[in-house]
Amino acid sequence: MNRYRVQQAGFVLLGATALAVVVPILLILLIIIVRGWPALSWEFVTAMPRDGMRAGGLFPAIVGTLVLTMGTALVAIPVGVGGAIYLSEYARDNWLTNSIRLAIINLAGIPSIVYGLFGLGMFVLFLRFGTSIVAGSMTLAIMTLPVIISTAEESLRSVPQEFRTVSASLGGTTWQGIRNIVLPQALPGILTGIVLGLLRAAGETAPILFTVAAFYLPRLPRTPMDSTMALPYHLYVISTQVPGMPESLQYGTALILLTIVLSMNVAAAFIRSYFRRRRQW
Amino acid sequence: MGDDATWGAALPSQPQKDRMRQNTSANLIEFGIEATVKVLGYSVVGFVILIFGFLLREGLPFFVSVPVGNLVSTQWYPTFGFFGTLPLILGSILVTVVAVALSLPMGLATAVFVREVAPPWTREVLKPIIEVLAGIPSVVLGFFGMTILAPLVRQVLGAPTGLTAFTGAVLLAYMSLPTMISVAEDALDAVPKSYRDASLAMGATRWQTIWRVVVPAARSGIVTAVMLGLGRAIGETMAVMMVTGNAARMPVTLDSLFRPVRTMTATIAAEMGEVAGGSVHYHALFGVGIILFVLTFLVNLFAALTIFQKRRRGGLR
Amino acid sequence: MRMTGLPEPKIRIQNVSYAYDRKQVLRSISLDIPDRSVTVCFGPAGGGKTTLLRLINRLNDMVDGTSLSGTILVGGQDIYAADTHIPTLRRKVGMVFALPLPLPGTIRENVLYGLKVAGVHDRGHLEERLEISLTQAALWDEVKDRLDGMASALSGGQQQRLCIARSLALEPEVLLLDEPTSGLDPISTAKVEESLQQLKSEYTIVIVPHSVQQAARVADYAAFVLMGELVEHGPGKTVFTTPKDSRTEDYVTGRFG
Repeated sequence: MNRYRVQQAGFVLLGATALAVVVPILLILLIIIVRGWPALSWEFVTAMPRDGMRAGGLFPAIVGTLVLTMGTALVAIPVGVGGAIYLSEYARDNWLTNSIRLAIINLAGIPSIVYGLFGLGMFVLFLRFGTSIVAGSMTLAIMTLPVIISTAEESLRSVPQEFRTVSASLGGTTWQGIRNIVLPQALPGILTGIVLGLLRAAGETAPILFTVAAFYLPRLPRTPMDSTMALPYHLYVISTQVPGMPESLQYGTALILLTIVLSMNVAAAFIRSYFRRRRQW
Repeated sequence: MGDDATWGAALPSQPQKDRMRQNTSANLIEFGIEATVKVLGYSVVGFVILIFGFLLREGLPFFVSVPVGNLVSTQWYPTFGFFGTLPLILGSILVTVVAVALSLPMGLATAVFVREVAPPWTREVLKPIIEVLAGIPSVVLGFFGMTILAPLVRQVLGAPTGLTAFTGAVLLAYMSLPTMISVAEDALDAVPKSYRDASLAMGATRWQTIWRVVVPAARSGIVTAVMLGLGRAIGETMAVMMVTGNAARMPVTLDSLFRPVRTMTATIAAEMGEVAGGSVHYHALFGVGIILFVLTFLVNLFAALTIFQKRRRGGLR
Repeated sequence: MRMTGLPEPKIRIQNVSYAYDRKQVLRSISLDIPDRSVTVCFGPAGGGKTTLLRLINRLNDMVDGTSLSGTILVGGQDIYAADTHIPTLRRKVGMVFALPLPLPGTIRENVLYGLKVAGVHDRGHLEERLEISLTQAALWDEVKDRLDGMASALSGGQQQRLCIARSLALEPEVLLLDEPTSGLDPISTAKVEESLQQLKSEYTIVIVPHSVQQAARVADYAAFVLMGELVEHGPGKTVFTTPKDSRTEDYVTGRFG
């Protein structure tokens, strides 16, 4: 058979596969938007839930997700960026340093439900925080650590070594070089990594299942020791465990969660491309 | 010898005594910062140890108190004292393996298409869409799977329910695609242009070049992609939980693929809410967590090793 | 070896041997570098000249896997003594590199970087240093109207003079230049060489030239380094016109390079 006919057929097959990959993604988005849109209203987003979740709004869940994300950021950013600075600027290349890298790979591979178990055992029970924002945030923070520390380290390393050499030759200490030159130059990449990590944390359900999430809590969390509603958990419960839940509300919840997460994704992509254009090396 | 006075105050703000001697306060800051970031770096190691430690602490009692025969039995009914972990492990393996079997060809084909066949502008269109998939939370995908995919499967296959291992595998396959495609693309990128040029110069078509030269050359990168995909698939919780039916059966017959099944991850997530703290069931779930931890650790270790080896040997293969 | 009849040498390198990655790079080099003059350290590539320079401001501290023996005195002080404050040393001993390496930022930020990390904040003093150093580097007239423009917008030659100004802003006592004109066109090269002649009245200058011709043009004193060994040194005229060692003569006349 003609080789070129084979090639044509083959290319078409490949293209069809690519389409089969991409089209369902668009379909998912489309369906959720179309079916969730009717449920969206000012009340839905800003009011408290009523009637066992069948009416009213999602406000506490939205707030809960935001609060948890901020709590995650509070812990994961300093530890992640600090650790990345150590790995990139201070650490020597020996087996001790490689143990950190191995640990990062390890953490990255742990299933999210195992993080949930850990959070339950360590924060909720052992440290007696109970199901609380503290427990949930800490669990999410450790889970987010690998992403932040890896992208931050890569960003720092991509800053040309010459800058550090010049800074040193002008009497700058290692930290002065980092603070004045390396860190500012690496900031866009670090920020991108942080946003990507946080959006993952915002969308996770398994780690918060036993550590913080409550289903029907018609008031906002007041202290870090409170438990709270959260969007991912909320979607899970109303779609699997609440009979008679109007479909539009389910889709509406999914839509809101999707919107929050995807807009963070877009923001990260913007940061990355905007600063890449303004790079000075 | 040289006069100390010649060093004088070159900078007006420098005190006379600070020649080239140690400046203790600045040194303290420098030392403090280095110490802080060092601690932060090593805290990562601490967390891993902590996690494993806690898993052991709460999970070991399970392996100790339940007789081995029970552990490897084929019945998981914790409320009645049956702690056979086999259905769970096999359930995870089934769903994972089928998922990877689906996503590998699809991912490779897409990567090949984007990298070798399609005009550059399609790349700009396809890449963002695939990245969007990577960003969708698993609970949303599980929701979608439950409300749209499962009924679809049920209709198409005429099965009693759409909540099957197959549905879970399909969903998982899609979730693994972004990683699979990205790693496969990198592997294809790493193949030198000279390989392609040489093949084309000898008269091969692009199609033949792709499958006889480029893809084999990218073999090890593709293996890495498979390992990474496996690791992530085993660990996925929400999507599979919402879609695989959660019946802890032994998936050993051929039609098990189209029946409900339960993974280790779904087991933990579904049952933890109902256990009494300190009971055998509670420890059992931690025990399953240990199994999961070890499994994913091994898979990811293997994947990491292949990456390290490749780097050390430099270049391909 | 002391050169008799001359004032106290600014830099004394005594029996310095240096190895990197178990490869011997410098073998027992002893050299006095006089004050307020241009000393040229020349020789074929890979001979260790750059390494020698980097030992004087301890920039090689940033590299692992090295071993150093011998002493280096700058202004009479052992710079490898345990209590040496390295940032201060590097302010006294400035360095300009082979490629123009502007820091990201404006011209002003570049020139004043060293002063900023040294903790100098007085605006008046900073502006003064800015103008003086740029003038000394023969760059002031060209940039005085765009001090807040990006340094990366300057040409290669201007950037290199900016780097010189950067080091001068710290009022060093020694200026080390490692092939500073290797990437520059002849006009920029001439401008740099000209400023060196001006600068030597105030500073000790040690330069690794990028050609023997440049070495002959600028040298008051010259040291020929071949494969880590100091073959010969002396006043520039002598080394280039009547070298004592046959290897020096071969290199200077171009028989090898």
